Amino acid sequence: MTEARTRSSHYLLLWLLLAPALLWLFGLIVLPHLDLALLSFRERTGPGEYVFGLEQYRTFFAEPLYWDVFVRTAVVSLVATALTLLLAFPIAWTIAKLTRGRLSALLFAVCLIPFWVSETVRTLGWMILLRETGVLPGLLVTLGLTDAPVEMLYHDATILVGLVYTSLLFMVVPLYGSLESLDDSLIEAAYDLGGNGWTVLRTVVIPHALPGITAGCIVVFMLTLGNYLTASLLGGKNSLWFTEQIYTQFITRFNWEQGAAFGFLLLALSSVMVWIGLRLSGQRFADVMSRT
Amino acid sequence: MVDILDKDLEAKALLKRFGSHTAVDALSFGVRRGSFFSILGPSGCGKTTLLRMIAGFIEPDSGDIDIGGRSMRGVPPNRRPVNMVFQQLALFPMMTVGENVGYGLARRGVPRTERERKAEAMLERVGLPGSARKRVDELSGGQRQRVAIARSLVLEPTLLLLDEPLGALDLKLRERMKIELKQLQAAFGTTFVYITHDQSEALVLSDQVAVMNNGRFEQVGTPQELYYSPATPFVAGFVGANNRIDGRVSALRGESADVTTAEGWTVRAQRHDALAAGDAATAFVRPEVAVLGRSVEELAMPAESAVHQGVVESLLFDGANSAVLLRESRTRAEFRVALPQTGRFADLKVGETVMFSFAPERAVCFAAGARHG
Repeated sequence: MTEARTRSSHYLLLWLLLAPALLWLFGLIVLPHLDLALLSFRERTGPGEYVFGLEQYRTFFAEPLYWDVFVRTAVVSLVATALTLLLAFPIAWTIAKLTRGRLSALLFAVCLIPFWVSETVRTLGWMILLRETGVLPGLLVTLGLTDAPVEMLYHDATILVGLVYTSLLFMVVPLYGSLESLDDSLIEAAYDLGGNGWTVLRTVVIPHALPGITAGCIVVFMLTLGNYLTASLLGGKNSLWFTEQIYTQFITRFNWEQGAAFGFLLLALSSVMVWIGLRLSGQRFADVMSRT
Repeated sequence: MVDILDKDLEAKALLKRFGSHTAVDALSFGVRRGSFFSILGPSGCGKTTLLRMIAGFIEPDSGDIDIGGRSMRGVPPNRRPVNMVFQQLALFPMMTVGENVGYGLARRGVPRTERERKAEAMLERVGLPGSARKRVDELSGGQRQRVAIARSLVLEPTLLLLDEPLGALDLKLRERMKIELKQLQAAFGTTFVYITHDQSEALVLSDQVAVMNNGRFEQVGTPQELYYSPATPFVAGFVGANNRIDGRVSALRGESADVTTAEGWTVRAQRHDALAAGDAATAFVRPEVAVLGRSVEELAMPAESAVHQGVVESLLFDGANSAVLLRESRTRAEFRVALPQTGRFADLKVGETVMFSFAPERAVCFAAGARHG
């Protein structure tokens, strides 16, 4: 009897503790999405008249612009994720394995400092550096490397630089966690048994860090795919980023039905990509999420 | 002493400093081919640094290491004919047992089928046939130990280094693994260099033991030599149980000296060093050397032997290693005596007064504070 009672009060406490999170999840995520889902399946037949239909999704596949932007966003996001991984790995390795105590805390802080500034200000900082009359083109002229200032904004490479910069910390943290937990004696044992830098990395370090790598890649890919500010500020009006298309549908053209359909397509894209990523790395979603 | 060709390992004036601390102090020694060589010392004596220098993870400040007759200066760990069994074993958890054993072979470019065959054969030799497909965490502590050794021995190294591999095991398993290690070494004939702070491991396993302290070897010898003829007070105190009696030389008698403590208790022991009356000295008497009796007659010692009297402070029952802790009646000095296996003193009580005595030639005294070899 008493055991059953403590058990039920235990559950009550659990539900009470979870209540704010569940309310938030339901009110701000599930409900709007349900509404958006309904919206995306609506066709306008006349002023104020709607019927259920797949028109919005049909438009997406029929109009090459939408489809191209969609694929382009996915590819650029993948490239940005890969670049972030390549850049973050040595950083995480340095913090986790080569430095200790204060120095490693300091390096972490250096990675964190850019996030004390708002994303807008950070991106505007890049614009000051890269625009035609900006710091970097001016420097290139002064050094005699170019005759006239070069416009460095509004290129795909510029978008990539901005995305990688914004995402770096979200890759470094899970990588650091998984590298930190790697026992140094495993690395030494691999060397001792005849391994070299590359084989030790391939056979011991990467397999151990795989959950962290997968977690970092998922987070960075999702952030990049859904990024609006960096792509539109650094890429300009014609950056052809899919979130911009959604924004245009909702705000400029006031076509909420089309926007909602685009939103769901983006959600489907990120879900599929995450699933593929998990399959390729042989990881389970729960294991990976416990690493982030 | 040993011919150079017979040495698998030779250290020449090996020196390593960390800041102002000298971890390994100009050490020179050789290890005979096929022998089981232990380096025994307390933590912080420099034995791990020494082992890591042999493995190649630490570069010595000066001196050289020859392995199999070849200088190892500038040779990285992955090119040395040496393999190491790590303290926590360091088996790769992301690989199967077979992949662990085949890891070194794969790095040498041995093709997959041959690798698997060799790994399986090696696992069979260490008594783990058919476990190649198991995951590492499916094995018991003792089995992991054997995998770690198999992983190294499959590469046929000139030298196998073992860094306190039994430290993480519980007592019962440790006792069994001791025997297994000795049998494995005998079966493979590979030279083992074993470091430990556990004197019983070193004594049971080794052909030769080096007792290390403060970056130097205090004594190198067979376990018997270390036990019966310690060369320094440190060895006498560190290897095996020993009663330590600090005092001054009060009289010299032939090969022996009388050492009198500050409280006035006098014991007689064989002189190891040249001592003069009045010199500070330390005597060591092993618990099993002393005999116990309730009367002088029961001691059955020669008539001229010194007989001491003590009160039983506590009884330390430990099966065959049982002992009794006495306080010398007059000076309250502590003294440990091993109990005979006959069960003659099974009824001994705390607080009882007993006689004890020992032959001076089986005890040893050193000049206090002297440095040796």
